Parts: sequence; structure tokens; C-alpha cells
Amino acid sequence: MSDIAIRVENLGKQYRIGARQEKYQTLRDAMVETVAAPFKRARQLMRGEAYGAANLSQIIWALKDVSFEVKHGDTLGIVGHNGAGKSTLLKILSRITKPSEGYARVYGRVGSLLEVGTGFHLELTGRENIYLNGTILGMHRPEIERKFDEIVAFSGVEQFIDTPVKFYSSGMRLRLGFAVAAHLEPEILVIDEVLAVGDAEFQKKSLNKMSDVAHAGRTVLFVSHNLAAVQTLCNKGILLKGGQVVYRGTASEVVDEYLATKQQASSMTFDANTKRRGNGQARILGARLLNREGQEINSISMGGSVTVEIEFETYAPLRNPNFGVRLGSAMNQHLALWRTLETHGEMPDSQRGGVVRLTIDALNLMPGMYALTLGISDAFQDYDVVDEALELEIDAAPVYATGKLPPAGRAILYTPCSWEYDYQ
Amino acid sequence: MQPISSQADDGGILIAPDKGWVALDLAELWQYRELFYFWVWRDIKVRYKQTVLGAAWAIIQPLMSMVVFSLFFGGLAKIPSDGLPYPIFSYAALVPWTFFSTGLTTASNSLVNNSHIITKVYFPRLIIPTSNVVAMGVDFLLAFAVLLVMMLGYGIVPTVNVIWLPLFFLLALVTSLGVALWFSAMNVQFRDVRYTIPFLTQFWLFATPIAYPSSLIENDWLRLVYGINPMTGVVEGFRWALLGTDTAPGWMIMVSSVVAVLLLVGGLYYFKRMEKNFADVV
Repeated sequence: MSDIAIRVENLGKQYRIGARQEKYQTLRDAMVETVAAPFKRARQLMRGEAYGAANLSQIIWALKDVSFEVKHGDTLGIVGHNGAGKSTLLKILSRITKPSEGYARVYGRVGSLLEVGTGFHLELTGRENIYLNGTILGMHRPEIERKFDEIVAFSGVEQFIDTPVKFYSSGMRLRLGFAVAAHLEPEILVIDEVLAVGDAEFQKKSLNKMSDVAHAGRTVLFVSHNLAAVQTLCNKGILLKGGQVVYRGTASEVVDEYLATKQQASSMTFDANTKRRGNGQARILGARLLNREGQEINSISMGGSVTVEIEFETYAPLRNPNFGVRLGSAMNQHLALWRTLETHGEMPDSQRGGVVRLTIDALNLMPGMYALTLGISDAFQDYDVVDEALELEIDAAPVYATGKLPPAGRAILYTPCSWEYDYQ
Repeated sequence: MQPISSQADDGGILIAPDKGWVALDLAELWQYRELFYFWVWRDIKVRYKQTVLGAAWAIIQPLMSMVVFSLFFGGLAKIPSDGLPYPIFSYAALVPWTFFSTGLTTASNSLVNNSHIITKVYFPRLIIPTSNVVAMGVDFLLAFAVLLVMMLGYGIVPTVNVIWLPLFFLLALVTSLGVALWFSAMNVQFRDVRYTIPFLTQFWLFATPIAYPSSLIENDWLRLVYGINPMTGVVEGFRWALLGTDTAPGWMIMVSSVVAVLLLVGGLYYFKRMEKNFADVV
């Protein structure tokens, strides 16, 4: 047997989206169309084609001609922007969705972790959910029984293990879900952004566990926006852009390449390829960062101001929409949240969409990379959320009286300060 | 030649596009039997967790239908009941019917209701609707226990033919699952399906000899045609085995069985064919 764990050859995945066929020409055409449509629909149904596939004009390749190999024991970091195809790639390798062309061959048992706590049922107790979740992730019953105490101890919810999960806090649910996942022992582990959730302590704990897994000689495929984690955990990397592999090398090289090529454009447009959350009643079409003069920028100095412009459209009138921008660190900690609900007041109804702008006056941030998550919601539901839609770089600036530049990557906040001393 | 040979089986799991009809891959289903067991267990556990009356619902539904049927069809319309008291005549049919229709309904919506799992983890999707139907077996047993109590009350002793009862139950299960596989797979793409199911079950209820006996149809050939509805075979089989009606399974049940198996096999292949799209469109 060769030392190859995963071989991917010319893998491609296409999605078809939206846009109906041309409008009915005449009443006669319309009638013919109406009569013919059910048959056409039935034919598509039998062939297993996606909804209204024949009517669709727009085809999007989420992945195209992707080829790479992973050796046993390698930890491969997959890096790229929102919509670069990272998640699609993991979904194909986890067999959740089928590729449209090419193939992949996987040598060994694959465990995939695209979410923490998949299949948790709120009505069931922690104990019951451990069994359920473990089985869904591919563990066998004796294996779960053997590791049960360890899982419970790791999760830190011992006291509540026989309480329905609906009474858990979201943090507890997360810890329990991660505890189960962390005890998965497949030969090949596929992980997507699992570390992007939870508080700092939890992130640290899960990062340590991941590091154990990686150093235990397991083959790992890891997708994260957390570049530091990619650098620590992975030895190899690939950079995806627009669904294609544009760079491969060691994890550090790939991260450097990603940082070097990133965000020449300070404005982003979002389409069906973009990873979104929400019910889709409204859609964020694009966003950009502007300075006071209205010029597009992608970096500001420490303490500087920035305007975030969001362009959106709606499919149904929005009643008092609530727009939100959330600032996150490169480690994906949530740092600040500005929502019109609290920071502006009630917004007027929107019929078709438009543009909103948020100006942040003074960002007291240390130098480094930050990400902005954009969302439209109302009191009850999210219409559309694009995670880490924009990246913002904060440049070092002489903000203190000494004129010295604060170091990058050591802290997040800075505030004006003064020192006194009283030596003996 | 080159790309095809490199795709050749050398031990790993192949992940490649599906073309056309797909094999059922029963071996894989067998590998996942433990997960299937857990899904059934979960479905049973969850169903009654947040309800006030809990498992009583399994009995209330057929029982209330029986009361209504007895009042209107038996009492007012004086519909014949093969010489049996009307309540037990209809209840013996409502027990397998309720199993069939609730199984069909929940299973048809199961993929959509579990979309968050389908998009996050792989396992054979057949497990989801199948476990839904199988879990309904618990409801069936409860309602069936009530049927036995009623028989005791009416002084009806089951015939020896009762040994055939599991086969009739199996026929109901196969029919329910067969139809549910078609609907659950369609439901993923066409949410209209969700709204057609209540219509369908209602229509089907009256197309099945539950409120009336199939003996109303006197022409033998017509009765055979009536057997195309597999639930006819199930319901008359239940009455024959338990209550001793003169509806011994003949050619009609053969027709019912063949139709049920065709529904199931067709449903399996259709489901497998649609499966590749589930995660993308659900």
C-alpha cells in the first residue's frame, strides 16, 4: 500500500443558481409552456436534476480542476477567502455532496467535523446526545462506552449529564459537542472552522486537542480563517482562490502567500458562491471600506476612522430591518458589534434594497488583521449574514507620546494611558 | 485510458460523480445498522418528550376516528360491517391504517426536517425516512393492545389465522416506506409535496375499506382491481386474521403485495438517484 491518504484529481463542483427562462412571449407560448412544464418538470424529477435545472442560465463552479495529494500523517491546511471553495472541498471529501467531475480517492476511515454537535437533540439528555452524536460521527457503541467518562470529563458538564440539552447554555452544548468530536479516532480527520466558535478558553482547549491529534501522526485536513492555528497545526497547505488551487507548499508559505495576495481589492461582491447564513429574504450584494474622503481603502491607522458600506437587495419588503457589523480578530474572537437597533434606532422599511453606511469614529485597535461580519436581520430572524465579509488591516502608528510603534500581534486593544512610579 | 486506469480500485473509497441510476449498495446500509438503531431509538424517544399526553397519542388518534366513524358511518349511514359490531370493525382497520399514514407523513417530511444534519455529515440517507416508519411500530403496538382489549370486551376470539398477522403488518410497513421514499426525496426539491401529503392520506383513507367493507364490491374482477391499493389487502387481512371476517387473502392480497413491493423497490432506486442532490438543495 502506498503512503497516500487522499488523492484528488481534477475535482470540480458546479452549482446552478436562480434566473428563470426568458419571459413568456405570447399568450399562446405561455399556454404551451404551462401545459408542457409539468412534463418537463417530471422528466427532471426522474433524472434527479436539481430544481428547474433546464431553466437555469447561471452555472457556478465552486471548485474547478482541483488536484492534490495528502500523505499519511500530513496535516494539510486549506486557506482561502470566503467563497474560495474550501467548504465545498471538505463536503466532497466527507461525502456529503458529490463532485460534478473528477474524482477523489480516500485511503482510510474518514471522520469529518464540519460542525460541533451535529444531530444534537434538545429534548434528549447530555448522555443520550453523546451516544447519538458519536454514532452519527461514525463511532461504534463499544467505543463510545469506553470513552464515555473521558468525554464527559473533557466537556466539564458532569453534573448535567442527565439533564436535557435544552437546559444547557450554548457554551455547554458547544463543549459537549466538541468533547465527543475530540474523541473521534479516524485515520483521516476533516475539520472545518470548528475552532471559530466559543470563548477564548474553549478555543485554546480545542486548539490544544487538535494539536495533539495532529502530532499523533493522524492525517488531518483543516480549514480555518485562523491563520495562526493553520500555521501551528499544519505542515502542508494549499491556497484556494475562485475554486482553484493557486498555491501549494508548507503551511507557513501558504499563509504568507495568502496574506501577500489578499485583499488588493477593498471592495467585495457577494454572489451565490458566497457562504451565507439566514433565510435569504434579503441579500448582501457587496461591501466596501471607505475613508473620510469616500475613497476605498483596506487599511487604516491605529485609532483611525472607517466607513463600512453595505449594498443589499431584498426579495420581500423588510419591516424595520436591523443592520449589523461585527468586528472580529484574526483569531475570530468577537470584539465589537454595531447594530442599528442599539446604535442608531429604528430603521425605515426597505422595499427593494439599497445601501447603508456605518462610520466608526475611532478604532482603538492594535496593529493586525481584523475581519468584519455583516448581517441583516429583524427581531426574530437573520435575513442574511456573511461571516468575515471584509478584512481590515490596522497599521501601526505612533499613537503614544514616545512616537514608538506598538508591536503587531501581541494584543488587540489600546487606550491612552499614563505611568507613574515610586522606586525604593 | 490514463485517467480511467488511475481511477481504478486500489483499496480506497472512491468519491466520483454519479451518472444515471445508482446501485442500492445494501452492504453499506448493513455497515450503518448501528446508526439506524440509534435513529429509531431517537425518533421514539423524542416524539413524546414534550407532549402532555405522551404515548397516549398513539391510542387517541385511532380511537377518536373509530368513535366518529361509528357515529356517522355505522350509526347514521348504517354502513354494513360484515356482521361485526361497527366499532371493532372500523378500529381493527384503523390500527394498521394509522401506522401507515403517520409513518408516511413523518417520513415524507423527515429529510427536510433533518436538513441541518444532512448538510453536515455523511451517512446513507435512507436511514432517516426508514427509521421514522419503523419507530411508528411502537405506536402501532400500543394501539394494537387496545384492539385486543376491545376484542375481549366484545367476546371475539382471534382465529388461528392470526399467525399471518405479522405479514400484514409487514405489508403496511412496506407500503408506507415505499410511498414515503418517493415523497421524502421529492420533498427536498419541491416543498409543495409537504402540502399534498395531507390530501393524499385523506383521499387514501376513503379509498381503503376502513369505514366500509370491501365486500360491498361484488364483482370478483373489480375486487382484484381494488387490491391495487395495498392498504386494502392490509386492512382486510387484519379483519380476516383477527375478527374472522370472510375476507381471506386470495388474489387480492397478491395484487396488493406486488404493488407494495413495486412501490418500495421503485422508491429505493428513486431515492438513491436523488440522494446526490440532497445536501445541495435541501
